[in-house]
Amino acid sequence: MENSIELTAAAKQGANPVKKFLRMRETGLILIILALFVAMSFASPYFLTWVNMRAMVMAFAVEGIVVVGMTILLISGGIDLSVGSVTALAMVIAGSLFLAGVDPWLASLVAIAACTGIGAFMGFFVTRIGLHHFIVSLAVMVIARGACLLFTGGRPLGLFSLPPEFKFIGQGSIGPVPLVIIVFLVVVLCFDFMLRRSTAFRKVFYTGSNEKAAAYSGIRTKRVIFLTTTLCSTLCGIAGIIYMARFGSAQPTFGLGMELNVIAAAVIGGASLNGGSGTIFGAILGAALLSVVSSSLALLDVSVYWQDIIRGSILLTAVSIDHYLNKKRDAGGKA
Amino acid sequence: MHDDVILKISNVSKSFGPVRALRGVNFELRRGEVHALAGENGAGKSTLMNIIDGILQPDGGEILWEGEPVRISSPSAAQQLGIGLVHQEIALCPDISVAENMFMAVTNRSRRLLMDVGALKQKARAVLGQLCDIDPGAIVRDLPISHQQLVEIAKALTLDCKVLILDEPTAALTEREAQTLFGIMRRLSAQGISIIYISHRMVEIFDNCDRVSVFRDGQYITTAEISEITPSGVVNAMVGREIGTLYPPKQAAETRTDEVIFEVRDLTEKTRFKDVSFALRSGEILGIAGLIGSGRSEIVKGICRLEGDVSGTVLLDGEPLKLRHYGDSIAAGLVYLSEDRKGDGLFLERSIAENVSALDLGRVSTPSGLIETEREMELARSLGAKLNLKFGRLSDPVSSLSGGNQQKVAIAKMLSVNPRLIFLDEPTRGVDVGAKSEIHRILRELACEGVGTVVISSELPELIGLCDRVLVVREGCIAGEVAGDAMTEENIMRLASGLETAPQPTLNA
Repeated sequence: MENSIELTAAAKQGANPVKKFLRMRETGLILIILALFVAMSFASPYFLTWVNMRAMVMAFAVEGIVVVGMTILLISGGIDLSVGSVTALAMVIAGSLFLAGVDPWLASLVAIAACTGIGAFMGFFVTRIGLHHFIVSLAVMVIARGACLLFTGGRPLGLFSLPPEFKFIGQGSIGPVPLVIIVFLVVVLCFDFMLRRSTAFRKVFYTGSNEKAAAYSGIRTKRVIFLTTTLCSTLCGIAGIIYMARFGSAQPTFGLGMELNVIAAAVIGGASLNGGSGTIFGAILGAALLSVVSSSLALLDVSVYWQDIIRGSILLTAVSIDHYLNKKRDAGGKA
Repeated sequence: MHDDVILKISNVSKSFGPVRALRGVNFELRRGEVHALAGENGAGKSTLMNIIDGILQPDGGEILWEGEPVRISSPSAAQQLGIGLVHQEIALCPDISVAENMFMAVTNRSRRLLMDVGALKQKARAVLGQLCDIDPGAIVRDLPISHQQLVEIAKALTLDCKVLILDEPTAALTEREAQTLFGIMRRLSAQGISIIYISHRMVEIFDNCDRVSVFRDGQYITTAEISEITPSGVVNAMVGREIGTLYPPKQAAETRTDEVIFEVRDLTEKTRFKDVSFALRSGEILGIAGLIGSGRSEIVKGICRLEGDVSGTVLLDGEPLKLRHYGDSIAAGLVYLSEDRKGDGLFLERSIAENVSALDLGRVSTPSGLIETEREMELARSLGAKLNLKFGRLSDPVSSLSGGNQQKVAIAKMLSVNPRLIFLDEPTRGVDVGAKSEIHRILRELACEGVGTVVISSELPELIGLCDRVLVVREGCIAGEVAGDAMTEENIMRLASGLETAPQPTLNA
């Protein structure tokens, strides 16, 4: 339905939908991922197996929820370095409360609410005090990590006594498909649709594209930025709870370096650090690409120490190509 | 015949992909003359200037400098020859001082480790002294736009150039500052410096230049001595057709009423303006004049609650409005067109359709808040047709359009909410002659349809030609108003500069 409307609109103006599809950056990412699939299926017999496929998706599914929040925040012009420690804090809060005798579901809600509060706290500093996202989230990254260590004394919390119906969130399957992947797909599809179609998220694009022009269009930009900042932390909270259910433990050091992975995925997928551009679909493809590369390197017995070097190089290459293409397009437009 | 030609361009061409920006153009600059360059946006003026300044390389043709063929490979090569270009857009470093900005090129070439800040300021003061009273130690960001423009010009003057190119230097200047600039231009030309002067304003060209060359669609049309051509002759050569009258007819006498549709009473903002009261009658176009910094834009932004802490009463159709932020103002039907189209008026990299719908997405959405692409396109399509917008596709980014068409998108954006009242701040700044008279015609039509229309402009001929009545603002207060035969540049300037108070202030008449 949604597609047919877009296609007729495009067709009326003489755009070729096939060409449009080929120009989309998502297409490029899909092609790269497919190429890796083909190459790897020759290189390793284990690559194209159900077990490996599932493992690859599982590897980025939960982080993918955080990628969604980060992408929306990047579009609005912000950034959040605290995602890793806020995710860990959600685990630690829920885990500690559970060990203190609180019902695990209630404990999870409290933890997610706490993360939302952290997001609102950052949003306050950004929109009311006027500080930069980078600085505020850097400070919160350190504070939240400190809180994790403080609550746990630096030791992982073993949560083996979590009731099975709670563990089901992280470990259960519906048919052959893990519940985690279903949750991930639901979150991604919902937000992708909303970001493309809803007025609320269109305002996020306007704000990130040119905050002043957005204000001059009657959009309350500070509120938009406050809400995207808060949403990102809320999604971190949800991801933290799923991790806890999956691992049956809460680790205070969980998610170190997660922010880099998440930002890299969003940027590879087309989000700009200057705000105003990005898609959920692209960002998830970015996350998928990073995951496929990691899995391939593991299957090829490449030392884990190489992995970060390769991941960083992919990020740099993707962004450089993008920058080059944008420059070419701009020059073409102006001529 | 003068044979003292310093710069001669012959048969120069330049293409960008399939677009032929210049097709075998000729141009000749004599020593010590002020030579105007006229042409609509896209006529090739900027491309030619960029070639002369070494930013672009021509595809073919020849450049002769003092009779010798030269290749100008970069802006610094142009500087070595003695060519200085002042861009239309300000390109200063906002966080460093005026003096450091002015001597950036020199500092760049210097091999010394440390800068002699004192000497720099001294030299800067000497150059600035001829222009205006700007402290060389001031940080550029803190200066008003008009002063930044003057710093740009001063910066070019530091290069000891033989040819100075000024690309629409008066766009951001007040009348008085512009006059100062013209005085400097005359002095420079007396010293033997040649000036290429690009402007859309016929009055400036005819008052200050010796010759004019006209370009159209990348082609050289003609060069004439100013004494041998008329302004309408230049305009006709620019557009390639006769433009009858420059401005649409004024409000017809028989449709004139005393019916007030909008009124402002005692509008006050702590620092920017005080006790502003005026009324807008049905069908009229009201102009607001004033020097830059007089508070004219601030008053209008205050009415719309775009900025400032404003008190006072605003009435639409006799009903007081309760406005807390600009969203309320839009909902009430009061919209503002920004003077800074690129900075805060449009989302340049977003599509035409997305720009047009930005003021009220509710109009193109389902009740549940989902945007309907087809309705959004239709809104842009119908307003685009009404405004005679030239575009490729509605999904193209606004940055792909010319200045005049970008401004039409900004106007379409205002009209998308069916406003009761529109405030336009410099609606034709940086817009070519053809689009300019089209925008004037559109504004007159809107006024006739009953949309209250208020126009702020620094260009006095525009206010006088377009508006039925002009309010003059000075130092945050309404200094007076002029209408009918009293609407002359002289009367407006007297009020704006405080030489005279209004004969009979007609506030709240």
